[in-house]
Amino acid sequence: MTHLLETKGLEIRFGGVVAADNISLQIDAGKNLAIIGPNGAGKTTFLNICTGWLKPSKGKVYFEGRDVTPLSPRQITRRGVARAFQIPQLFTEHTALENLLIAAAARDQLRNPIRALKDTRQKAEMMHLLDMINCTDVAHRQVDELSEGQRKLIDIAVALALKPKLLLMDEPTSGVASSEKFGVMEILVKALAEAKVTAVFVEHDMGIVEKYADEVAVWNMGKIEMRGSPAEVLEHPDVIRDVIGEVV
Amino acid sequence: MSIRIIIPAILLLLLALVPFGAQTLQVLLTLALAKGIAVMGITVLLRSGQVSFGHALYFAIAAYGGAFTLMLMPGADLIVVFLLGVMAAVLSGVLVGLFVARYRFIFFAMLNLAFSMIFWSILEKFYHYTGGADGMRLPRPTVFWIEMERGAYELFMFYLALALAIGLGWFSMRWLESPTGQLFRTLKTNETRLQYLGMSPQRVLMNGYVLSAMLCGTGGILMGLVQGVVTPEYAYWIRSGEMVFIAVLGGAGSVPGALVGAAIYEIVRTYASAFAGDVWQLVLGSFLLIIILFAPGGIAGIYNSLMDRIAGKKEDGE
Repeated sequence: MTHLLETKGLEIRFGGVVAADNISLQIDAGKNLAIIGPNGAGKTTFLNICTGWLKPSKGKVYFEGRDVTPLSPRQITRRGVARAFQIPQLFTEHTALENLLIAAAARDQLRNPIRALKDTRQKAEMMHLLDMINCTDVAHRQVDELSEGQRKLIDIAVALALKPKLLLMDEPTSGVASSEKFGVMEILVKALAEAKVTAVFVEHDMGIVEKYADEVAVWNMGKIEMRGSPAEVLEHPDVIRDVIGEVV
Repeated sequence: MSIRIIIPAILLLLLALVPFGAQTLQVLLTLALAKGIAVMGITVLLRSGQVSFGHALYFAIAAYGGAFTLMLMPGADLIVVFLLGVMAAVLSGVLVGLFVARYRFIFFAMLNLAFSMIFWSILEKFYHYTGGADGMRLPRPTVFWIEMERGAYELFMFYLALALAIGLGWFSMRWLESPTGQLFRTLKTNETRLQYLGMSPQRVLMNGYVLSAMLCGTGGILMGLVQGVVTPEYAYWIRSGEMVFIAVLGGAGSVPGALVGAAIYEIVRTYASAFAGDVWQLVLGSFLLIIILFAPGGIAGIYNSLMDRIAGKKEDGE
C-alpha cells in the first residue's frame, strides 16, 4: 500500500546538533498525526525537510509513492503538500480575503492581465473558506490588524485554499490565548474534515493532542522515540518524563 | 460623479487642448509624457519593493532600436519603427531579467545599473555603428505611410504620446490589480509564502520586470522619435536616477503619479534652467527634499489625502 507521506532514514545535522537521526515514518490519508517533543527535538526540521526547505544529508521523502526529496518547496506544494507556519506567513499589505484569493490564483494559475483579483470566480469559494474558519467578519481587513489567533487561522486557510492532500502545521495554537485554543482547534478540525485534508501538526499542548490527534509521534534528540494512539503515548512514563515534564 | 474622477478628467481634457491653447508647451509635454510612460515602468517595479537604477537601459535600447531600423530600412513607417523599438526593449528585458530576477534590493538595483552602464559604454565606444557620443539620427518617419510636415508630425506625436500614456497607464493599473499583478506585489511582503503557494518568485518578478522594460522602451522610442536624435546619454545612470526621482516625486507606486510627476519635473526643469541656469538642480533637489520630508506619498499621496479630506467634509455635511 502506498502511504500519503513516507520518510526513510532521514538524517540532517546542524554543526554538532543532530536534528534528524534516521527518521522513518509513514503517514496515511485520513489520519491526523500530532508530533510532540521538547524544544530542539527536530520537529520543525522534519516539516522543513518534508516540504523541501531543507535537504537531508541522508534519506528520502516520498509523497504518494514518489520521491520528492530533491524537489523545491514550490514543486512539493504543487504536488499537494501545503504548509502553515508557527509565525503566520501572510501578505501583510493585503486583506484576509485577498490573501486567500492570491492563493487561489496561484493554485489555478490565473493569468488574465486585465481582470481584477477581487472579481475572479474564486471569490465565492474563498468566502466559504473564510466562513469555515469563522472569519468572514475580517475578510476585508488587512491581516496585520488581526489578532494572533485570527492570523493563524488565515495562514491555515491560505494553505487550505491550495486544496492540498496533506497539510503540515507548525504549532497551530501557539500564540493563541489559552481560552481560545480549543475554539481555534475545533474550527480547524472541522475545516480539515470538510476539505478532506490529512494533517500533521506539531503541538506542545497535550490537551489538544489528546483531543484532536488520531496518532501521536514523540520526537526526542532528532529521533522518533515512540508512536501510537494519544492514550498510549501520553500515558507512557518516558513521555511524561521527557516531554510532558511531570514527575512519575 | 466623484470628484476623484472629475479632477483627472478635467486635467486630461486640458492636456488634450494644449496644442490649441498653449502650443509652446506641446513638445515639452510630449517629452514629459514619454518620460512619464518610462517612469511607469519604475513605478510597477516599486510595487514589488524593488528599485532599479538602470532602467534607462530599456529606454535607450528601444530608441537605438528605432534608429537602427530607420538606418537599415530607410523610409520605414512610424508603426514599424515603434514596434521594433519596443520589441527590442522587451527582448532585452527578458534576457537581462533572467539574470537579475534572482537578486533583490541593493543587488537588484546595482545589477541593473551595471547592465545599463555596459550598454552605455558600448554605445560610446562602437563609434562606427552607434555614432559614439554624437549618437544616431532618427529621420522623421512616415505616419501610416503619409509624409508629414514637422508641425503636423509633432502634433501627431503629442496625441500618440497622450493616447499611449492613458492606454498603458490604464493597463498597468489593471495589471497591478490582476492575479498576476497581485502575486507580483507579494514579493514585497513575503517570498516564503509565495514559494509555499507553489510559485517561483523569480518567475513572478520576471512578469513585472518585462512589463517595466516594455514601458521604459515605449517611453524611449517616443522620446527618440520626437527629438529626432538618440545619444548614449539615454542609457546613462543619470537618466535612470532621474526616472527613480520622478517616481518618488509622483508617489512611489502610483501609476498616474508617474505621469503627473514627469510633467512637473519637466516643467520645473525647463523653467528653472531658463530662469535660474546655475541653480536649477538645487531647485529640483530642494523640491524632492520637501516631498520626501513632508509628503512621502508624493504628489499622488497629497492628492489622495486632499480628496479624502473633501470626501470626509462632504460626509460630515450630510
